[in-house]
Amino acid sequence: MTLDSEELFNLYRRMLLIRRFEEEAARAYAQSHAGGFLHLYIGQEAIAVGASAAMAESDYVFQTYRDHGIALARGMAPGAAMAELFGKDTGCSRGMGGSMHFFDVEHGFYGGWGIVGGHLALAAGTAFKSRYRGDGAVTICFFGEGATNIGGFHEAFSLAGLWKLPVVFICENNRYAMGTPLSRTSPLTDLTLKAQGYGMAADGFVGSDVSVVKERVATAVKRARDGEGPTFIEIQTYRFRGHSMSDPAKYRSREELEERKKDDPLAVTRAQLEAAGAEVARFDEIEEAVEREVAAAVEFAHDSPPALEQTMLDTVLVKGQS
Amino acid sequence: MRIIRYREALREAMVEEMERDADVFLMGEEVGHYQGAYKVSEGLLERFGERRVIDTPIAEAGFAGVGVGAAMVGLRPIIEFMTWNFSFVAFDQIVSNAAKIHSMSGGAIRCPIVFRGPNGAAKQVAAQHSHTVEALYTHFPGLYVVAPSTPRDAKGLLKASIRDENPVIFLEGETLYGVKGEVADEGVDEVVPIGKGRVAREGDGCTVITWGRPYYTVMEAAERLAADGIELDVIDPRTLRPLDEELMLASVRKTNRCVVVHEHWPYGGPGAQIVDVIQREAFDYLDAPVLRVAGLDVPMPYASNLEDLVLPTVDRVVEAVRRVSYLGA
Ligand SMILES: Cc1ncc(C[n+]2csc(CCOP(=O)(O)OP(=O)(O)O)c2C)c(N)n1
Repeated sequence: MTLDSEELFNLYRRMLLIRRFEEEAARAYAQSHAGGFLHLYIGQEAIAVGASAAMAESDYVFQTYRDHGIALARGMAPGAAMAELFGKDTGCSRGMGGSMHFFDVEHGFYGGWGIVGGHLALAAGTAFKSRYRGDGAVTICFFGEGATNIGGFHEAFSLAGLWKLPVVFICENNRYAMGTPLSRTSPLTDLTLKAQGYGMAADGFVGSDVSVVKERVATAVKRARDGEGPTFIEIQTYRFRGHSMSDPAKYRSREELEERKKDDPLAVTRAQLEAAGAEVARFDEIEEAVEREVAAAVEFAHDSPPALEQTMLDTVLVKGQS
Repeated sequence: MRIIRYREALREAMVEEMERDADVFLMGEEVGHYQGAYKVSEGLLERFGERRVIDTPIAEAGFAGVGVGAAMVGLRPIIEFMTWNFSFVAFDQIVSNAAKIHSMSGGAIRCPIVFRGPNGAAKQVAAQHSHTVEALYTHFPGLYVVAPSTPRDAKGLLKASIRDENPVIFLEGETLYGVKGEVADEGVDEVVPIGKGRVAREGDGCTVITWGRPYYTVMEAAERLAADGIELDVIDPRTLRPLDEELMLASVRKTNRCVVVHEHWPYGGPGAQIVDVIQREAFDYLDAPVLRVAGLDVPMPYASNLEDLVLPTVDRVVEAVRRVSYLGA
C-alpha cells in the first residue's frame, strides 16, 4: 500500500459517502421524491474516488448518466446532489437535469451525459482547449464498456490519438451494458487492445482497491500533463444494483453477485486499514459523520423550493444576446 | 374483438409478419435475451431464435446501416431503437441512405425497412431522453412516418409498415405501451393502410387533430367539453407523412373550427403542416384562426412540476377549443 493511512481513511470516507448517499437516493426514488432514470454506482466507488484523488482541482471530468459517484468524489455538496434528484431549485443543475445530468463547474465536473458515447468527444474538446491555451489541465472521461462499440467512442479516440490531447479515457467495465454481458457485445475480452488502433497508450486493471486506482490513473494523468498524449484505461468492476432502478437484473445469478460482492471496494479498503492497525472506533466515527452528512442532504432536499419556471425559460439560450 | 395492450398488439404484428415472411427479422439493443427494454419483443427470441431476433451492441449507426443494406438486397428488417432519442446517432443512415436510395438509384433499388421504438417524453427523463421526433423525420421526402395512438392501429399499421416497400418511421410511445384497447380476433389479418386517418370521436363543435400521447389528453378534454355542450370531432391522422388531408378537411368543413394538439415543439413539424393544409384548402370554412396546443418551446426539464408545464394538458386543450369557439374561459 502506497498511501499513508490518513489519506486512505479520507478515501474510505469518500467512498462511504457515495455509498450511503446512493442508498438514500434509492429510498427517495422508491418514495417518489426522485423520478426519471436513476443509475446507481454502488460497487464501483473505488474508481471515482481513486481517479479523483489522482487529479488536480483544475482538471476536467466527464461521466455518463451514472454520475453521482464522481460528482461527490470531486467535492459536490451532497445537499446539491440530493436536491437535484428531488427536482429542486437548489440542485446542482437547478432541477433541470436530474440524476443523469449533474453539473458542477466549480469542481471541474462537466456532466452527467445521457447518450452513450456522446460525451467522449466533448472530453477531447476540453483537452483541446487545455492544449490550445497551454493551461496544463487534464481531462478525465468515464464511460462503460458498452460504449466502446459506438461511433462516438471511435471518433473521439481518432482525434485524441492523432492530436495527442491531454485526456485520460477510463472505461469502467462493469461486465454488463444494461442486460447484455460483454461476451455478447465484443469479440475481445481485453478492451485495452482497442487503444492500439489509435496510437494511444493503454492500461488495464481491477478496480476494487482505491489505492491502486489512484496510482495507475495518476500515471496516465502525468503522461497527459507532460504532453505525451492520451491513455485508455480499462478498469474491471461490477455494479451491485441493476442498470437503473427499473432493471431487476434477472440476467445474472445471485451467486455471481455474491461472489463479486466479496470485492466490495469499501470492504477491501477497510480490511487494509484494519490490517494496518486502525481501530474500530475510527470507523464508527466516520460512519456517524457520513450518516449526519447524508441525513442533512436529504433534509436540505426536502426543505428546498421546487425548480423554477423562470430557470426553464431563461436557460434555453444565453439571455441578453443580440 | 379482444382487449389487449398496445405493446401486445405490436408484438402480435411482428410475430404474425415473421411467421408470414421468412425475410422479416428484428434487430436492436436488448430485443432478444432481455426481452425488450419495454418488453415489446417478449418471447420473440424463444419463438424465432437468434438468427431472426438479433441483439446488437450499442451501435445505432451501425445496425441501422446494416438494416438499410440488408433491405436493399431483399430482406425486410425491423430495426428497434430502444427510444427514438438514440436514432440521432443513426440519423445519417436514415436520412442520407434509407430515404434517398430509391430515388437516387433511379428506382432500381428499394428499401423496405421499418425503424420503430418509443417516441416522446416518458416521465422525468429530462432533456436528452424526451424528444418527440416526428417534426424531424416528416421533413424528409422518401420516408413514411406513422404514429398509432391505439392498440388496434398499432397492430394494423405495423403490419402495413412491414409489408410496405418503403422505409417507415414507426413512432410508438413509452406511455402508450400499457394502454388497453380493442384489437381484431386472433387469426384476423387486419391491416391499417398507411396514409389513412380515423375519426376517433364525432361532433360538430370543433375539430381537434391529434396523435400519440396527446390523443388521450384530447379524449379526456372531449369529455369535459361535452359536459359544457361542445362536441369535439377528433381526428387521429395515424400517419403523419403522408397526411390524410381529405379526412381533416371534411371535418373542418363541418365544424368550421380547428385545434391541432401535439407533443412536438411548435416550430414546424406536422402540427404546422396541418395548419397550412387547412388554411389553404378550407379557408372559407373557418370561423376562427386554427390554434395549436404544443409542447413548450424548451428542452425538457427534469423536475416534474416543470415537465407538467411543458406537455399538453387537458386544461390547455379546453382553453384552445373555447378560444376558437369565442367562449370565455
Ligand atoms: C446511443 C444510446 N443508445 C442506447 C442508450 C440506452 N442505454 C443507456 S445506458 C445503456 C447501457 C450502457 O452500458 P455501459 O456503456 O456498459 O455503461 P454502464 O451503464 O454499465 O455504466 C444503454 C443501452 C443510450 N443512452 N444511448
